[in-house]
Amino acid sequence: MDVKDGRVVKGVNFVGLRDAGDPVEVAKRYNDEGADEITFLDITASHEKRDTIVHIVEEVAREVFIPLTVGGGIRKLDDIYALLSVGCDKVSINSSAIKRPEFIDEGAKRFGSQCIVVAIDVKRSGNGWSVYLNGGRVDTGLDAIEWAAEVAKRGAGEILLTSMDADGTKKGFDLEITSRISSMVNIPVIASGGAGSMEHIEDAFTKGKADAALAASIFHYKEIDIVDLKHYLKSKNIPVRL
Amino acid sequence: MIAIIDYNMGNLRSVQNAFRLLGKEVHIESSADNLAKYDKVILPGVGAFGDAMDHLKSSNLDEAIIEFSKTDRPLLGICLGMQLLFQSSCEFGHHEGLGLIDGEIKAFDTKRFDQALKVPHMGWNEVFVNGGDLFDGMSEEFYLYFVHSYHVVCDDRFVAAKSHYGYEFVSAVHKENIYGLQPHPEKSHTNGLKILENFIKL
Repeated sequence: MDVKDGRVVKGVNFVGLRDAGDPVEVAKRYNDEGADEITFLDITASHEKRDTIVHIVEEVAREVFIPLTVGGGIRKLDDIYALLSVGCDKVSINSSAIKRPEFIDEGAKRFGSQCIVVAIDVKRSGNGWSVYLNGGRVDTGLDAIEWAAEVAKRGAGEILLTSMDADGTKKGFDLEITSRISSMVNIPVIASGGAGSMEHIEDAFTKGKADAALAASIFHYKEIDIVDLKHYLKSKNIPVRL
Repeated sequence: MIAIIDYNMGNLRSVQNAFRLLGKEVHIESSADNLAKYDKVILPGVGAFGDAMDHLKSSNLDEAIIEFSKTDRPLLGICLGMQLLFQSSCEFGHHEGLGLIDGEIKAFDTKRFDQALKVPHMGWNEVFVNGGDLFDGMSEEFYLYFVHSYHVVCDDRFVAAKSHYGYEFVSAVHKENIYGLQPHPEKSHTNGLKILENFIKL
């Protein structure tokens, strides 16, 4: 769930945001429908409103009993602590890790690798993939595969890999980069960006070798039912919780 | 009254929230002196074994938990909290645990895995129930949420449930009034809440 100023929103290729509801209500619905984990990405622009996400997580954690990950604007160990102490289980860091990679080591050492997710936003460039910042606006010049190897080495517990080319398009995940990174690192990789059908999600696990798949629009707008999706995956011999 | 021991090792709020949803207030307790007054005690925990034991010892909670365990009142360890119930762990060196149950904590041995899998073991996995009143009224197998790199190795008589990750490992233990769960019931949706409800009823 992308959250902006306290509301769930969804865009295409990180722009053109549409309202998708109240985060507590949406999270509760997913909890009831059988989602395995929920991820919040706070895309609130102003720093003054950053505390909003802590309150949202606090409210969500009172009613939702599946793992919660929160990302967006996490810069200091205190930011991580504030979220974990209200019931968040993992934090997802992105820009702060790129600006200062030691932040990954520090977070993993203090809170444990299991709660440090590093989000990597990638775009195809030439023969490879580059790491982008700020919702896809800034090219860091980092090679996605090299960066993934580094974050794993520094103690990240999971990689949330989003293809910015695919995000919001509903045309399927970027299976190539997902499979390359997932085969290389020894931590779980969550495929994100581009889910439009049940087959796409199946592909993320089989061809993309992902350990988990994340989707937003197809669930927000009720295009795919979580229970149906899980039955479908099970019928394709992918282990899922039903 | 149920106490959740606060020894600066992880998120207690989710456990507290889960009990609140079940209509049971729980106290977050950090004082060793107060432990004796509770009906039930939960030892949660996320992090490293050695650090956790250091924290328990520095506040004398180790002794208080051992004393509590002798009272016949239920004690439940969750995740790292379960591992601490045992004699020792090899996580970052050798560390002595509380020694309430015979057994030790070992890292997942990837060389023994029946397929290539990543460690930590993170995510939902099936639990196959052996027995024990924590699982009353539940099916024999169901999914719970796990996050761990180490697991218990102990005698079969203490095994309440097993799971499979690369090989079969112990995912729940039970010895008299002492219970332990490797997965996180507070993050395991309906099945996890049912286990906590059973704990309330003990």
